Amino acid sequence: MTLNQQRKLKTLITGLFAWLVALLLFFPIFWMFITSFKTELQAISVPPSLFFEPTLDNFKVVQDRSDYLLHAMNSVITSFGSTIIALIIAVPAAYSMAFFPGKRTKDILLWMLSTKMLPAVGVLVPIYILFRNNGLLDSRIGLIIIFTLMNLPIIIWMLFSYFKDLPKEILEAARMDGASPWGEVVKVVLPLSVGGIASTGLLSIILCWNEAFWSLNLTASNAAPLTAMIASYSSPEGLFWAKLSAASTLACAPIIVFGWFCQKQLVQGLTFGAVK
Amino acid sequence: MKRSITRLLMAPSVIMLLVWMIVPLSMTIYFSTIRYNLLYPGQNNFVGLMNFEFFITDPGFITAVANTLILLLSALIITVVLGVMLSALIDKPFFGRGIVRVLLISPFFIMPTVNALIWKNMMMNPVYGIFAWISQSLGLQPIDWLGTYPLMSVIIMVSWQWLPFAILVFVTALQSQDTEQKEAAQMDGATGWHIFRYLTIPHLARPIAVVVMIETIFLLAVFAEIFVSTGGGPGYASTNLAYLIYNQALLQYDVGVASAGGLFAVLLANIVAFFLIRAVGKNLTV
Repeated sequence: MTLNQQRKLKTLITGLFAWLVALLLFFPIFWMFITSFKTELQAISVPPSLFFEPTLDNFKVVQDRSDYLLHAMNSVITSFGSTIIALIIAVPAAYSMAFFPGKRTKDILLWMLSTKMLPAVGVLVPIYILFRNNGLLDSRIGLIIIFTLMNLPIIIWMLFSYFKDLPKEILEAARMDGASPWGEVVKVVLPLSVGGIASTGLLSIILCWNEAFWSLNLTASNAAPLTAMIASYSSPEGLFWAKLSAASTLACAPIIVFGWFCQKQLVQGLTFGAVK
Repeated sequence: MKRSITRLLMAPSVIMLLVWMIVPLSMTIYFSTIRYNLLYPGQNNFVGLMNFEFFITDPGFITAVANTLILLLSALIITVVLGVMLSALIDKPFFGRGIVRVLLISPFFIMPTVNALIWKNMMMNPVYGIFAWISQSLGLQPIDWLGTYPLMSVIIMVSWQWLPFAILVFVTALQSQDTEQKEAAQMDGATGWHIFRYLTIPHLARPIAVVVMIETIFLLAVFAEIFVSTGGGPGYASTNLAYLIYNQALLQYDVGVASAGGLFAVLLANIVAFFLIRAVGKNLTV
């Protein structure tokens, strides 16, 4: 065998092995997807059925059984709502820290990061009681408040690193041309960082959408987002695997697609810029 | 721009985070020193450290601390070791690498409650699950995973979720590895193992440290997976600190003891956070 052939063989084996591992790890998701098109009987058949006539009934029943659309709406409103609010609060802060850093900017950034380190369970009790006393339990507004605060540090960090990478010359040129600070932001900074702001928002939406601790503890029936609604399928009242799969597939599909699009931002955001 | 304006721009963020940090935490500290049970309102006298004593002598406490640490260490080892190996594996080009990468990272985007239910039902169910079917096909007795190995089951679910995160970070980090250096080593006759051991691993040292610390923050607080799959049981077999505190607060309504537990969890997380913030801070240029 020549060296070239040897190298090709090696690539082939590496590739096959990587595919095998990837398919194994992806299998539970694939299986959830497949099961969502089965009847309940097919879903629990042993040996597992791989070939069957797909049905869309589950998706209909899920709506009737647990008012899927209401919970999907809750997920959309809480994750988009809190992301938009957090962005509005974070953009000015990140902007001022990136373009007009002071002596204590670094300390402030690290302090903001440290608020993320507080385990949720450490403040579960007071938040629960505050929510109960103020009628925020099982409300979308309550969840939006929590999600906004939860993601604010990550959002500020990501925006800060985007703003910092903007070419300073352009800003100076704009200032020379007599742009006001406000005009500078609206006409130069924002258009240049639209991509960064969008992917920051996307990451925040993913984190809110999949948030489970606060959703499970602070909501019941009215404001429960999909994470909490799906948890209700864990009750042993019967085998609803096909319906559970249908509900889960609908809940996870958009986020998986979002996630594929913003892998880089995800790494940067979740590691606070430590890995680029 | 004037300092006052920059301060004004930062004020909303800083004030909100300050309130978010101080108010609930001081309430937790206050609650932890008084008798406070939602079932017996109006008897909120000061009890000193009694709540801490109650929490620490709770029959589930030792088990919960042990479970928290076992879960943390197992999941860390699984995700970091497999993560390094898999990211090195997909670092070189091969057919369909993009798709493999997408498949590998997908579990990270599955919400924790769905994760737990997929594994609990479709994988680990002792009668209808895939694992049971595999056991039977091999002529073995199917295992009741959640009943017999509850903690291990939770570890599997959590690792499945966080392995993609490790892969994602390591793959990103490997992209910045010096290819010329690798090629030079290859020219000099270094084997793949040598390159992995002496070039890749040292290059990944920092990302590994970061992954360990970030996963630690999340793994110390695993909740939804336990809530949905085992409910902390059987007994306390799969109860961790977060679940024990939840149990005290929202199932037994003992706010005082739960607050004491919450402070214990905060202390534990702070030890980790201290190192994480130092590591991240080093990298931060303002």
